[in-house]
Amino acid sequence: MTDSSLSTRQKVERSLARRRATETRFHALGFMAVLFGLLSVVVLFGDILLKGSSTFRQTVIVTDIHLDAQFLGLTPRSKEAHIRRADFEGLIRQQLHAAMPTMTEDEARELHRLISIGAAWQLSDWVVENPQHLNQTIRFELLADHLVDQWFKHDRRKGISQRLSDVQLSWLHEWADSGQMYTRFNRLFFTHGDSQEPELAGVRGAMMGTFLTLMVTLVLSFPIGIATAIYLEQFAPARQWINLVEININNLAAVPSITFGLLGLAIFINLFGVTRSTPLIGGLVLTLMALPTIIISARAAIKSVPLSIQEAAYGLGASKVQVVFHHVLPLALPGMLTGTILAMAQALGATAPLLLIGMVAFVVDVPNAISDPSTVLPVQIFLWADSPERAFIERTSGAILVLLGFLISMNTLAVLLRQRIERRR
Amino acid sequence: MTILKNHDTKGVAFVDDAKLTARHVNVFYGDKQAIFDVSLDVGANEVIALIGPSGCGKSTFLRCLNRMNDTIDRCQVQGDILLDGEPIYDGSMDVVPLRARVGMVFQKPNPFPKSIYDNVAYGPRLHGLATTRVELDAIVEYSLQRAGLWNEVKDRLDAPGTGLSGGQQQRLCIARTIAVDPEVILMDEPCSALDPIATAKIEELIDELRENYTIAIVTHSMQQAARVSQRTAYFHMGQLVEVNPTEQMFTTPEHTLTEAYITGRFG
Ligand SMILES: Nc1ncnc2c1ncn2[C@@H]1O[C@H](COP(=O)(O)OP(=O)(O)O)[C@@H](O)[C@H]1O
Ligand SMILES: [Mg+2]
Repeated sequence: MTDSSLSTRQKVERSLARRRATETRFHALGFMAVLFGLLSVVVLFGDILLKGSSTFRQTVIVTDIHLDAQFLGLTPRSKEAHIRRADFEGLIRQQLHAAMPTMTEDEARELHRLISIGAAWQLSDWVVENPQHLNQTIRFELLADHLVDQWFKHDRRKGISQRLSDVQLSWLHEWADSGQMYTRFNRLFFTHGDSQEPELAGVRGAMMGTFLTLMVTLVLSFPIGIATAIYLEQFAPARQWINLVEININNLAAVPSITFGLLGLAIFINLFGVTRSTPLIGGLVLTLMALPTIIISARAAIKSVPLSIQEAAYGLGASKVQVVFHHVLPLALPGMLTGTILAMAQALGATAPLLLIGMVAFVVDVPNAISDPSTVLPVQIFLWADSPERAFIERTSGAILVLLGFLISMNTLAVLLRQRIERRR
Repeated sequence: MTILKNHDTKGVAFVDDAKLTARHVNVFYGDKQAIFDVSLDVGANEVIALIGPSGCGKSTFLRCLNRMNDTIDRCQVQGDILLDGEPIYDGSMDVVPLRARVGMVFQKPNPFPKSIYDNVAYGPRLHGLATTRVELDAIVEYSLQRAGLWNEVKDRLDAPGTGLSGGQQQRLCIARTIAVDPEVILMDEPCSALDPIATAKIEELIDELRENYTIAIVTHSMQQAARVSQRTAYFHMGQLVEVNPTEQMFTTPEHTLTEAYITGRFG
């Protein structure tokens, strides 16, 4: 039977079945792709959340502390500097001994290792605030060492222990059973910079570093990028010249980010002598990285402004600059913002270029200015992920959660801004 | 259809009281020539219709008259165009005041994505025509009234101009043009995107505006040309074939091409 023996109707009918099958297949494929994407996101987020959420709790051991003024060498009128120099570590040690008088020296050392060195300065902080409580007995939450923290949060229920001796475990069980040991919100994680001691290490430094770096990036790359895009789209004279610039910008957008780090090292640090490891140099390097993305998206946004609107303004006698500022820019702004946020999100996660300009340094102090040494969240994550301690691995996930939080709030801000601008029309 | 050789425009291309004067105008888009040696006068307070098959250069010629072609990179205009005897392509004529004097209404209604008020007030603000809000309000009201839109929008001047119907949008664009108090209004197929009722309104409006303004209108509808214009110019492949009083043009065309177009043999 040849095709010609079929009527047109039958042929259409036959091709229809084939088209329907294709459509169904395509539909199913698309659905599977979306499902796979969603599943990946759920698994990724779930895993990080599972591993990271315990970072936000910190184990403490509550105990009675007699603030022995004579031992500390303090009076209620002592100056703050004086209080800070007092031997609170010795005091805590002495008080713990007093609770268990039959201990040997070795046992005492082991007992002492369960408490973080941070406990002593937290206590001194407290006394600075409340000097009137000297010579009284207070109930104080002593910060537990990271080994204790990990055991209490993860190993206790499983009945295992890591790097804790039998006698240490017996004390821990006693404290846990008596309710003396519990977890509370880990404020330290958000108020501290990095530290050698995992229980004292926080993301504040990296957060501030990231914030300052992104500010520098935004302040530089947004105006430069937008101005470039406007010039190329509206003012540039010769087409060939635009094409040349365009090719270069597109190439730059595809350059591996580490290259920008090398460029920053060679130009900003070696040539201009900008201090390394600062948000300033980080922002300069990330500006180089963000510019192509911003320019490309801003140009697309400008291109999408209807020509008829611009002609209407020209027809009324508006000059080029007036057309750009009255009509093109307001209409292109939402698209420009979206592109900028995209570039900022890229900059937020950029690690490689920052490694090259020294932002991997171990920085304890929280930076307050763009010229202070600092690190940024992704580099902090990179550093912690490399540490052998479990507590740091846990903090890695915690820092990733903070980074994601940063990202989500940035995107939300962008969406809100967009909506506001679009509603104003 | 080929370009006519040694063509002289038939009919009467020149008038005594010319507002706009075009002499030997040639227009190029890159290497491609779109207008060939066109000479034409637009008389004061007349409506002249530019007709012809699509792609024959009507829009291109119209856009020469207020230098809108300047915005197109590859477009080059040769020849002389004078407004009240002053050459407009001369270095001494600034394009900003020129466009304030020669306004334009486009094929597709193109209100700004702003309020109705701001649409009309845009031109006066641009050129500093009003010093106080009261003056500006008066200009806006007058312009909307002239465009026959006032009664429909006076209660919602803050509503976006893009929310109006197609016909209202086009009248808004006319009001916006009137607001800068031009001497000439160029209209490029202003009704091609509108329904018959809206079209009728615009045509009525054009008739009224003739008292105060000189109007050049491109149209693809010969009925429209017949209804609104006093003179008609017929373009063909970038050449001006014939110019004559409208009535004469539609009853006794001089050129065979004009006749062919008018009787609907091509278009
Ligand atoms: N921006 C442009 N670039 C290149 N060629 C153009 C441009 N605008 C119009 N043309 C060409 O010029 C000729 C006349 O066009 P146009 O004036 O728009 O005709 P009409 O308005 O009579 O339909 C056409 O051949 C068209 O292809
Ligand atoms: Mg046209």
